[in-house]
Amino acid sequence: MLGDEGFFMIDAILNSYYIQCLPFLFKGLVWTLIITIGGLILGFILGALAGMGRLSKNRIIRAICTVYVEVVRGTPILAQVLFIYYGLTEDVIGMNIDKITASIIAISFNAGAYIAEIVRGAIKSIEKGQHEAGRSIGLSQRQTMRYIIWPQAFKRMIPPLGNQFIISLKDTSLFSVIAVGELLYMGQQFYNLNFAPFQTLIMVCIIYLCITIPTSLYLRRLERRLDV
Amino acid sequence: MYNMITAKNLHKSFGSLQVLKGINVTIKEKEVVCVIGPSGSGKSTFLRCLNALEEVTSGEVIIDGKNLTDCKIDINAVRSQVGMVFQHFNLFPHMTVLENVTLGPIKVKGMTKAEAEKIAIPILEKVGLSDKAKVYPDSLSGGQKQRVAIARSLAMNPKVMLFDEPTSALDPELVDDVLKVMKDLAKEGMTMVVVTHEMGFAREVGDRVLFMDEGIIMEEGTPKEIFENPQNPRTQGFLSKVL
Repeated sequence: MLGDEGFFMIDAILNSYYIQCLPFLFKGLVWTLIITIGGLILGFILGALAGMGRLSKNRIIRAICTVYVEVVRGTPILAQVLFIYYGLTEDVIGMNIDKITASIIAISFNAGAYIAEIVRGAIKSIEKGQHEAGRSIGLSQRQTMRYIIWPQAFKRMIPPLGNQFIISLKDTSLFSVIAVGELLYMGQQFYNLNFAPFQTLIMVCIIYLCITIPTSLYLRRLERRLDV
Repeated sequence: MYNMITAKNLHKSFGSLQVLKGINVTIKEKEVVCVIGPSGSGKSTFLRCLNALEEVTSGEVIIDGKNLTDCKIDINAVRSQVGMVFQHFNLFPHMTVLENVTLGPIKVKGMTKAEAEKIAIPILEKVGLSDKAKVYPDSLSGGQKQRVAIARSLAMNPKVMLFDEPTSALDPELVDDVLKVMKDLAKEGMTMVVVTHEMGFAREVGDRVLFMDEGIIMEEGTPKEIFENPQNPRTQGFLSKVL
């Protein structure tokens, strides 16, 4: 049985900033996840194209893809975000981009370059003999890629793609600079109103960890199971 | 008899390295030709030119009347009629044995899965592996893998089979199973070109032996001529080392 003191403690915890900030933060988390997952799906498509482009026999395609990868890897993501949101204004591209769209574009553009390297590495890691065996039974280049190379390469992409998910998830926090209502931004809003940055930021970090730690544990298990 | 394979003045260079320096050879239907020679002599490169896995630098390769160096030719269609068996098997590790064998018939010939399996199962029986149809290549021995690779090529019902040192990566006790499958094929009248270090096989099964060195065919003849009475000093030197 709880005495008066016990009730008082539960009450104190529930009324503390640790708990009160949570509804706010969860709203932010939803946007964080939407931007991360949306960005990674588009980023994977972009990365798969750029990664295969870097392996193309066509010199121009290869050059374009290499420039893309090097530009993204060689510039800070914060500069990329600001460029996409503030730099690409209506007079430059003829339309306004809203904050969420800008964020998803920024993540896919950025992750796409890293995924391109993942894709390129995985495809290159498949022995040349697999390709030759496919071609020698009469499969076309495209069929060989689709039925022989990609299924094997994709397995090897899974661990680094999971890693990229964790990186991109954390990168979404940068969108607080353009006032996207993601997790960190919502935290900032809450502590500015309540003067409780310590409690709020601890909870922000715990929520990030609640996603990143299980992801990385799952990846480690998957890696062992796939034996890559 | 009908000329299945013709190579005319075949040259192949990798950069400045000349590997083939003018190969002229005609191989008839149902003939079994063994290619022997020291490593680096261009045997494998020659074989790989015969199904355009290597693009020839100059000269012509004609398979069953189709010129591989003609850029208008459907190279995939030609390859589907030329089986290739590799030294390192190159089975598809993400597919079962049966899927390895049926992939070509399904994707290249447009058969249904059931039709392809109807062809594949007797072929697997022929190479002695019908009980392994549902397993993945990982769980097979080297000799079994190579027999699956042969079955995979046979499923396309090829007119020619090319073998690139098919037993070189095998443990000695597994070599015979593979050679037996190849002998059976030869007896059935398959046109075969075999790059090999198995002199016993060349002598017993080959209709003709080509000795290659330094990118050309130094000497050719029946196994009896080459092994018992070689004319070229290079051939004599090579055979004295390997026999």
